[in-house]
Amino acid sequence: MNWGSWDNFWAMGGYGLYVWGSYAVTLALIVAEIALLRMRRRAALDSLRQHIGAQT
Amino acid sequence: MLNQPALVAGGVNVFKYAATQTFYPLAGRMIPWFSWIAAALCIAGLYVGFFVAPTDHQQGEAYRIIFIHVPAAWMSMFIYVVMAFWAGVGLIFNTRLSHMMVSALVPTGAMFTFVALWTGALWGKPTWGTWWAWDARMTSELILLFLYFGFMALQAGIDDPRRADRAGAVLALVGVVNIPIIYFSVKWWNTLHQGASVSLTSAPTMATTMLTGMMLMALAAWMYTIAAALHRLRSIILEREHGAEWVRHYVRTQA
Repeated sequence: MNWGSWDNFWAMGGYGLYVWGSYAVTLALIVAEIALLRMRRRAALDSLRQHIGAQT
Repeated sequence: MLNQPALVAGGVNVFKYAATQTFYPLAGRMIPWFSWIAAALCIAGLYVGFFVAPTDHQQGEAYRIIFIHVPAAWMSMFIYVVMAFWAGVGLIFNTRLSHMMVSALVPTGAMFTFVALWTGALWGKPTWGTWWAWDARMTSELILLFLYFGFMALQAGIDDPRRADRAGAVLALVGVVNIPIIYFSVKWWNTLHQGASVSLTSAPTMATTMLTGMMLMALAAWMYTIAAALHRLRSIILEREHGAEWVRHYVRTQA
């Protein structure tokens, strides 16, 4: 598929808002989920460390 | 194993922590593989979707939303079925790891359900002239989103993890009746949403390159889901098994 130019690519034949609105929100949610996954792991490890520290 | 105080203390089941202890490192080794395969499939799928697949003669470029919409909608349903399966296993065999697996899948399922609805709205506006309609397909998919949210709210509201597991499992199993309703809604009712372009019983009604892009994205969504669920499962294991000796030992080895 040859778009001719980047302008044409981003315009998506006049449907740019709909197409990129879909992709942008999906990307944002995946990035957010990965961030939340890492935060949850860190929180679990921190809480365990405190737990162990309190006992010894 | 013999120096585990849990073996003697108060008659605690020797095998109580065996499943999670075995699974935790295995999941840890699998996560990078699934993550990288997901990323590679996603790049390939986007390349095919945007640079190989032709413009649709009816919808123009708006159809390119399909490369996220359909994989997200498939995953939203499939994750729920897998959840219901593990919920059933957990209820029948009383295996804690199965229940943890259910909880680990829920947020990713909710995410894909929201993506399916969101991209559906953005696709509906230019092609049907409306963001939303209360037709059977869309309404049942919205109910699916509420089932995922309901599961999270239910588990968050119960302090005892065993009771939260069982209550969640019952909700997951009851809610699974919604899945065939979503899937067959476009056949059973006259919906604004179109019928299936890809089905098990007939040849797909779309160009091969479009189909290839969609399938690559669907596989990427699959791999991503496995990686995300395993990652969340490991956190859940750490949260729940804080009393296990192997968890304590593991935490000490983590910088």
